[in-house]
Amino acid sequence: MIEQKTIPLDEYTRSPSYWAIVLRRFSRDKVAMFALAIIILLFLVAVFAPYIAPADPLKGSMLRRLRPIGTPGLPLGADELGRDMLSRLIYGARLSLFMGITPVAIAFVIGSSIGIAAGYLGGLFNSLTMRTNDIFYAFPSVLLAIALSGALGAGVTSGLLSLTIVFIPPTARVAESVTTQVRKLDYVEAAKASGANNFTIIRVHVLGNVLGPIFVYSTSLISVSMILAAGLSFLGLGVKPPEPEWGLMLNTLRNAIYVQPWLAALPGVMIFMTSIAFNLVSDGLRSAMDIKS
Amino acid sequence: MSEDTSTRRTHMADAPLLEVREITKFFPIKSGLFGRATNSVRAVDGISFNVLRRETLGIVGESGCGKSTTARLIVDLISPDKGDILFDARRLGTDLTLNELRRNVQMVFQDSYASLNPRLTIEDTIAFGPIIHGVPREYARRLAWELLSKVGLDPKRFAGRYPHEISGGQRQRVNIARALAVKPQIIILDESVSALDKSVEAQVLNLLLDLKKELDLTYIFISHDLNVVKFMADRVIVMYLGEIVEVGPVESIYAETAHPYSRSLLASMPSMDPDHRSEHVALAGDPPNPINPPSGCRFHPRCPIAIPKCKTEKPLLHIQKTRGHLAACHLTAQQQETF
Repeated sequence: MIEQKTIPLDEYTRSPSYWAIVLRRFSRDKVAMFALAIIILLFLVAVFAPYIAPADPLKGSMLRRLRPIGTPGLPLGADELGRDMLSRLIYGARLSLFMGITPVAIAFVIGSSIGIAAGYLGGLFNSLTMRTNDIFYAFPSVLLAIALSGALGAGVTSGLLSLTIVFIPPTARVAESVTTQVRKLDYVEAAKASGANNFTIIRVHVLGNVLGPIFVYSTSLISVSMILAAGLSFLGLGVKPPEPEWGLMLNTLRNAIYVQPWLAALPGVMIFMTSIAFNLVSDGLRSAMDIKS
Repeated sequence: MSEDTSTRRTHMADAPLLEVREITKFFPIKSGLFGRATNSVRAVDGISFNVLRRETLGIVGESGCGKSTTARLIVDLISPDKGDILFDARRLGTDLTLNELRRNVQMVFQDSYASLNPRLTIEDTIAFGPIIHGVPREYARRLAWELLSKVGLDPKRFAGRYPHEISGGQRQRVNIARALAVKPQIIILDESVSALDKSVEAQVLNLLLDLKKELDLTYIFISHDLNVVKFMADRVIVMYLGEIVEVGPVESIYAETAHPYSRSLLASMPSMDPDHRSEHVALAGDPPNPINPPSGCRFHPRCPIAIPKCKTEKPLLHIQKTRGHLAACHLTAQQQETF
C-alpha cells in the first residue's frame, strides 16, 4: 500500500473515453461522413458567400427575367426579377442555415435545462413543468409557428423566436425522459450516498449520460426547423423580400413554375439536400452512440 | 481511577455504533386523476435494531420483506415516515447532519454495472467522493490508486478504464473501493455479492473479511443467501413483511431457531451435502400482500403451528435461551414461561 505512492500516476493505461469511441465509430460511417461533408461545404459557402457568388444577389434586371439554367453568364438562370439564381442560392444558405440551426440550438439549451431539472427533481416540480410543456403539444408545430410569428409580425427575429418556442417543448420532453431513467440508476444513488449535492450530481453524473441522446434528438430537429423556417418565409411571415432565403425564393418563384419549372425547383432542392444531410448526420451520430458493452 | 476508565471503555465498546429506532416507511399507492394516495405498501413497519462496532449484522428474508428499503432508509436515500437513526449516539437531524451520516455509512449495491457511471474512469469514480468532501484532486487520485490495490486491482491496469471493460467481480471490487474512499465506519452491503458467480463471490467475500479486519469496519450484510450470511455474519436479523421476526447471534439463529418463519427459511437453504437434501417444500405460497398485511402475527396464514391467538394478537420480540436472541412468536414465548 505504501509502495503504491511511489508509482508515478502517468504510467498507466488509459482507455479511450466514450466520446473518443463515438467519434471513431462516427468517422467510419461513410454515409454520415458524406452528409457531414455536405454540411461543412454549405457552411463554407455561407461564410464566404461574398467571395464565391458571381453577382450581387439583390441586383435585378427586367431584361433577363426567368432565364433558364445554363444561360451564358447565368449558370443557374435568373429569377422573376432577373436576379442571378446562383448568387441568390449561395447567399440564401446564410439565412437558411441560420434559421435552421439557431432556434434548435437555443431550444437545446433551454429545453435541456428545463427537462433535466424536471427529470432529476421529479415530484410536483416535474408535474407542473411537464404539464405546462404539454400545453404546447395541443397545437401542431406548424400552426404554432405560424400563429406565433403572425402575432409577432414578419421578420427574421420573430421567425427565430417563434421557432425557438416551438422546439423547446419537444426538447424538454426528451431531456426529461432520459434524465428520469438516469436518475433512478444506482450510480446516482451512490453519488447521493457519498454526500454530493444535487448540483454536483447533475454536473458529474447526469449531464454526461443525458446530453448525448438530447443532442442527437436536437440535430434531427434542424431539418424540421429549416423546413418550418422556409414555410414561414413562403407564407411571408419569416424573412422579408428582397432578402435571399430558400423558402422565400420558393414562394416568389412559384408563379413561374409553368414557365421555368426547373428554375422554380432549385430552392426546394437546396432545402431538401440540406435537411437530408442533417438527418443523416443525426442518424449516424445515434448509431455511433449506441454502444453495447 | 484506572478501573473507572476501563469500565467506561468496555461500556463504549458495547454501545451501538448505529441505532435504528422504530423506523417506518409506507409507500403510498397513487391512483386517479390527482394522484391521491388510496392505499400504501407497508415496506418497513416500525423496526428497531442496533449495529455494534466492528460486527457484521446480517439481514435475511424473502424478496419484498423490506431488507433493501431498510438499507436505503438508514442512509436516507428514502426518507422514513417515522423513526430515528442514531450514529455514535448522535441523532440524525438534531446533532448529526445527513452529510456526516453518509460519510460514515456507505453502501454497495447489487448491480455492479448500474452502480458505476459509464462515462467515468474507475479512478474518477473512486475519487468522486473524496473530491466533493474537499480533498485536493491529485491527492484524491492517489487515494483511488491506493484503494484499487487494496481491493486487489492493479491500479496501473485498471485506474484508467471504464466500467464496461471489466468483469462483474472486478466492478464490485471497484464499488467497494468507492465506498471505502470516504473512510466510512459502516458499509451496507445490499445483496452485493448475489449477482456474482460462486467462485468470484467467494473471492469478494474474503476480500470483505480482510478489509474489515484491516480497517476496523462494521458491515450490514443484506442477502437472501443464508449460506453466505452464515459465513459472514456475527448477528442475524430475520425480516418478514417489513417486520423483524427474529434477531440474535448467528450460531443460535442457525442452531436454536425460534421463529417458525426462520425455521422454514432455514429448511429451504440448499445443503452442500446431498444426503441432507430437504425433500419437502419448506414454505408454500408467496408472502401476503404488504398493502393489507394479515392481522396479529403477519406470518400466521402460512405458519404450520399457528394458534388462534396468532390471528388476533401481534407477538412482540421475546427473549430466547441465548443472550441477545429474540423472536416474535407467541409459541416460543409460551415455552419460555413453562421452563
